[in-house]
Amino acid sequence: MGIILDNLPKIERLPGGGIALTTADFLINWSRNSSMWPLTFGLACCAIEMMAAYASRFDFERMGVFPRPTPRQADVMFVAGTVAKKMAPPIIRIYKQMPEPKFVIAMGGCANCGGPFYDSYSVVKGVDRIIPVDVYIPGCPPRPEALMYAVIKLQQKIRLMKVKNGHGATPLQSAGARKLV
Amino acid sequence: MTQESSTALKTGQMFINFGPQHPSTHGVLRIALTVEGEVVVKADPDVGYLHRGIEKLFEARNYSQGLILTDRLDYVSAMPNNLAYCLAVERLAAVQPPLRAQYLRVMVSELTRIASHLVFFGTFSVDMGAFTPFLYAFREREMILDLFEMLCGGRLLYSYIRVGGVSADCPAGWEEKCGEFITFFKPRLKDYDTLLSFNPIFKDRTANVGRISAAQALSWGLSGPNLRASGPDYDVRKAEPYCVYDKLDFTVPTGKTGSCWDRYYCRMLEMGQSAEIVLQCLDALAGTACLPAGRELPPGEIMAKGVPKILKPPAGQAYAHIEASRGDLGFYAVSDGSPTPYRMHVRGPSFLNVAILQEILAGCKIADVVAVLGSFDIVLGEVDR
Repeated sequence: MGIILDNLPKIERLPGGGIALTTADFLINWSRNSSMWPLTFGLACCAIEMMAAYASRFDFERMGVFPRPTPRQADVMFVAGTVAKKMAPPIIRIYKQMPEPKFVIAMGGCANCGGPFYDSYSVVKGVDRIIPVDVYIPGCPPRPEALMYAVIKLQQKIRLMKVKNGHGATPLQSAGARKLV
Repeated sequence: MTQESSTALKTGQMFINFGPQHPSTHGVLRIALTVEGEVVVKADPDVGYLHRGIEKLFEARNYSQGLILTDRLDYVSAMPNNLAYCLAVERLAAVQPPLRAQYLRVMVSELTRIASHLVFFGTFSVDMGAFTPFLYAFREREMILDLFEMLCGGRLLYSYIRVGGVSADCPAGWEEKCGEFITFFKPRLKDYDTLLSFNPIFKDRTANVGRISAAQALSWGLSGPNLRASGPDYDVRKAEPYCVYDKLDFTVPTGKTGSCWDRYYCRMLEMGQSAEIVLQCLDALAGTACLPAGRELPPGEIMAKGVPKILKPPAGQAYAHIEASRGDLGFYAVSDGSPTPYRMHVRGPSFLNVAILQEILAGCKIADVVAVLGSFDIVLGEVDR
């Protein structure tokens, strides 16, 4: 805690006391973005790079990213791979099972827009057609570093969320956007 | 126990969806399980959750554009996919790649086999409840990916093997780095044995589970390590040698019982053999191997002469198959003389390996479903295509 109290500007310490003052927004957002638990959910090629990100060289866990096997314990869904039309209903169902606030990272060209399968008859051209997406990562497949960068970007986004806006979660979700400011 | 209480305790059959989102399905396979207590009565694999229409897309791409689709079939081992496709197209267009390119092709295929089996080793151990081997496996795998990155810039999907040869020769210092990796890697196989292979808990969960007899394996059309674990030693590299496999010295490991453990250990032994093949290829590239006179491998000669950018093979058909990491991978190409294939069919080993699940899963315990499925090492990109 010492490091956090010293380094983060929004926390004030009362002189002589063991009490620190901060805003509820800061505390909630701080805890939220320091332990983002993704769903263990791989669709295609990008899932292998996602696995590599969890493994020894990249060690995603040092950023608080620790995969959970069930959507009920997950905060963020990495859509890693091609979304086939047959897979779209299960993805929506999994997304609905995740507790609020929930975030989605579209990893790779397929999840962004269909990628190399842009003219296929059986591929959903971008996962944002079925669920709202927070961060898009280009690449086919993106490197593990790119996935980490996306998580950093998502953390920046979470820091802007406010309690008075319903934690930035629900209101505009049907339109695929988050109310942040 | 009275008559009433025994009927009150009677259990019925229950239906469980295993997948499509499940950490142990290695992708998006769904198995519809009917269970009675802990025992599986009926198992129906339901594929198609990753169907991308790749075979149809080939017809809308020319031959060099089609290559990138092959990477995405079996994405854990992309190089052999490139190789099988290129062999089929080369047979169609009567192109003969230079010898150096063939050695490079074999070498990257075998390195990919090691990388792919390492992914299997890591994920199978996670399925069986051991996380540590996963970290070791990916440590070694990243070294292979570094080598590939030096070679062609890609980490996972390469498109390195092109029609007529390969896209680039080894950069300076690559051979030494590759040799260093193999010297580092070979003792690691012993580490894996002490970590996992002969661990009593692991053996209890995998030996004698999901046994497949040789006759069963052959009749369901299994191939690759899944077939060889049951006894038959069919390997395309030996049965119909392609590229330069007939010049290389290696053995084909086989199992006896066809249990999950045999399938696992076959892959472990295959990694050792692949490492030997890579060493032999490195020797040949360096010119120390005994090649016949006039068959030296001059650096830079990696592409067949006169292959046009837009290939228009004469009307006809060709089939080429290779031993990919998961088994017998074949491409069947039909040309009508135009720049795009008339039909491109893929014979994916994983698709046939999935089919046998319905037979061997019946009668298993629920916990064994994960062991059996994991031991087959399927890749859904190739199953659904």
